[in-house]
Amino acid sequence: MSTAQTGSKNVIWDWLTTVDHKKIGILYLAGGAFFFVLGGIEAILMRIQLMFPEFTFLGAQTFNELLTMHGTTMIFLAAMPLLFGFMNFIIPLQIGARDVAFPFLNALGFWLFLFGGLLLNVSWFTGGAPDAGWTAYVPLSSESAGQGLDYYLLGLQVSGLGTLIGGINFLVTVINMRAPGMSMMRMPLFTWSSFVASMLILFAFPALTIGLLLLMLERLFGGQFFAVDFGGNVIIWQHLFWIFGHPEVYILILPAFGIFSEVIPTFAKKRLFGYSAMVFATLIIGFLGFMVWAHHMFTVGMGPVANAIFAVATMAIAVPTGIKIFNWLLTLWGGRIRFTTANLWALGFIPSFVMGGVTGVMLAVSAANYQFHDTYFVVAHFHYVIIGGVVFGLFAGAYFWWPKMFGYRLNETMGKWFFWLFLIGFHLTFFVQHFLGLLGMQRRVASYLEGQGFGDMNFVSTMGAFLMSIAFIIFLISIFTSKKNTENVNDPWDGRSLEWTTTSPPLHYNYPQTPLVRGLDAFWLEKYEGDGRMKAAEPLGDIHMPNPTILPIVISLGLTIASFGFIYLVYWLIFVGLGITFGAMFIRSVKEDHGHHIPVDEIKRDLEEG
Amino acid sequence: MAEQQASTYEQLPPNPETATLDGRNKYLGFWFFLGGETVLFGSLIGTYLGLRAGTADGPGPADLFHLDLVFIMTMILLTSSLTSVMAIINMKRGSHKKLLGWMWGTVILGAAFLGFEIYEFYDYYQQGLGFGTSAFSSAFYALVGTHGAHVLFGILWISTLLIRYRNSGITLTNAPKFNTAVLYWHFIDVVWVFIFTVVYLLGIGG
Amino acid sequence: MSEHVDPTAPLQGEPSKSTERKLRKEARVQIVSYFLMIFMTSLAFFSIASDAVDSSFAIPFIVIVGAVQVVMQLYVFMHMGEKGTGWINTMIWSGILIAALTVGALMFLIGIVKY
Repeated sequence: MSTAQTGSKNVIWDWLTTVDHKKIGILYLAGGAFFFVLGGIEAILMRIQLMFPEFTFLGAQTFNELLTMHGTTMIFLAAMPLLFGFMNFIIPLQIGARDVAFPFLNALGFWLFLFGGLLLNVSWFTGGAPDAGWTAYVPLSSESAGQGLDYYLLGLQVSGLGTLIGGINFLVTVINMRAPGMSMMRMPLFTWSSFVASMLILFAFPALTIGLLLLMLERLFGGQFFAVDFGGNVIIWQHLFWIFGHPEVYILILPAFGIFSEVIPTFAKKRLFGYSAMVFATLIIGFLGFMVWAHHMFTVGMGPVANAIFAVATMAIAVPTGIKIFNWLLTLWGGRIRFTTANLWALGFIPSFVMGGVTGVMLAVSAANYQFHDTYFVVAHFHYVIIGGVVFGLFAGAYFWWPKMFGYRLNETMGKWFFWLFLIGFHLTFFVQHFLGLLGMQRRVASYLEGQGFGDMNFVSTMGAFLMSIAFIIFLISIFTSKKNTENVNDPWDGRSLEWTTTSPPLHYNYPQTPLVRGLDAFWLEKYEGDGRMKAAEPLGDIHMPNPTILPIVISLGLTIASFGFIYLVYWLIFVGLGITFGAMFIRSVKEDHGHHIPVDEIKRDLEEG
Repeated sequence: MAEQQASTYEQLPPNPETATLDGRNKYLGFWFFLGGETVLFGSLIGTYLGLRAGTADGPGPADLFHLDLVFIMTMILLTSSLTSVMAIINMKRGSHKKLLGWMWGTVILGAAFLGFEIYEFYDYYQQGLGFGTSAFSSAFYALVGTHGAHVLFGILWISTLLIRYRNSGITLTNAPKFNTAVLYWHFIDVVWVFIFTVVYLLGIGG
Repeated sequence: MSEHVDPTAPLQGEPSKSTERKLRKEARVQIVSYFLMIFMTSLAFFSIASDAVDSSFAIPFIVIVGAVQVVMQLYVFMHMGEKGTGWINTMIWSGILIAALTVGALMFLIGIVKY
């Protein structure tokens, strides 16, 4: 057990081997942003194809591949990793910890996600991406020709494993690593909602793992789970997919709710209205999230009683969600509201998300669902909740926490342009799609005919999509042009929770002394009832930190190699890949790594400089 | 929060597996993982129960299952659970030697179980139940095979620990490792009890 | 600053008297439950293997016996009843609930019989 810093001076090596939750958070954000841009390009290509009736910009096969990859990329490789980025960076800071519970597994989770995502996208260059939709319903997916679907199965399996690991890590971090005084009911709401989302990950992803496993066995090894002529049943896939898939949308939205619950009180200068109601609403949403999956399957013929039960359960979710909406509104009520970009995203979220919620209740009416099913009405609904909820939340979080993470503030003027253009573009794109759906335009079609009356609205929709792209480009530019805004970054928004007590960016051990938490909104409490500084819970002393390691990449690389072996059924490649993975796991198990201690002198030096 | 240096004893603590923060994290994280595994096996068991009537003119449960063989397998696995419990009790007593002894017993019983399972699969294959014969066969092999893979992984994991720590004594580092491995082993046994009931007994009786 | 704990040092000494007593009692409980589980497994086995028991009784019987054994394993062998296991109980029972829903759905809601 050495007390010396074992980190290397090489920057790239430093990032490849890092186990620091802040660096891994940034890696998640960078990886997620890359896939977000990729998914956005796929969306724009589809919108161009649908701009005019019988347009021939893309072939139907390409369109199918684009729509599959757009959905898969945005859900698994963009939205979730971006949220994981914030969760990684912010949760340990908010609970007063120096790192997550499992730094090694944290790094492993990231690399598994990245390699899985890249693996999935390799399919573009090897004869065609997956083309059966992000839901990959059988028998379409089990009979799909080529290797596209195999890339889908293995890519999601690898990145899904990373997500599961990340989820367990957050759960244990929140339970075991909280600073003294930080009881569960004093935790900031972002930490709470991420905690509940992690629970959902823990129970939802195994169902996907099995679904993907069965489909892989069916496609590659002659299994007969879904082959009706051999006694199989295609509905089994739909159940397994949606037992995962429905909690998945709550995995996405709950952390976003958490971000809004941080942003709104900060910029209304009021404590969050109904904190405990918010916590319980989050838990109830999490619980009900598992009881409603079959509302995606109303039209498959489960029977009227089954449909009715799932319909009622689905509508019940509107209650806790409504509690949350009202709590945000009442937090704003009478507050001294500042219209910063971060807060604009939160304010724009409330009406946009409510619109998506209302169409959700409409879709929950199982009889009416027979009309809406597989039309653009559904497309409009889930883009309203996912963009209006999750993406707005990500942007709010980005503007809110950017100074903390990178040490500079994003330009507010450009931010406001970004917000308004994106908001208008978003509603332009998706509002009309409700009516396209009601008129009968099916989702996932590569084109439509001249006389169907879909032309104008599709054109409007595409224009909106262009507007969103322009807005996003403004955001990307502002990342690079704002770098000089480095004054007032430690606590730029007059923050309420612990992360604002650290330097920006925080020291790599976060807190020289673990803070003592005396109540909800810990920092705010010290500002108004103390001397504006956190009390320390421990004397200044040596700090124990984990060592960097390259093994997470090696493990992920091995699984990726093995995946290629599975996709092309090259048995020696499977053995090589799994050999690398298990070899690295073996080394990790056998070679004890006890981390290092940062000597107290070095911490004192850091404090004098800061 | 309690840092590692907060626990200053190198005396034997009453629960060496959770005496450090690392140990407590491992313990809790592994339990949560088992919660996820519950859903994983639930999905496989559900798939099996949904598909078990789909024999597609191939052999079905009643034609194949040797209940007596599976009964012996269940006894073996139950016993291996007991030996691993005894191992942990001896770990808490501070007896490194007895810990290793009981754990090796667990490994040997696990290997015996796996041997029977391989024989069982071989026998079913001889009787015409290939993996792709019917939906029933695929679901059966997927469920029982996944369980068998878990047993195999457990054997390799515990053996690695036993060889790595053959001379080390009980330490604050290896006590949590042995404890998690034993938890895993119990979980495998729990799943098997369920498989024995739902697949084999119901396969013959219902 | 005190020396840091060495996590690779073999732990020395004997358990305290009360720990030793507790462990001895625990060992007894474990062995008794082991034989109880063996007994229950055998009961379940014979109720199916012999034709003496009617299957309308045997099927619910073996399912209940199986469930009891699972609970015994969790609380006796895996110590899920000890203090400080609140979160563990939450997660395991949530997992069991969701697994049960999954099993139910895959058995009954796959379009063969419509409910």
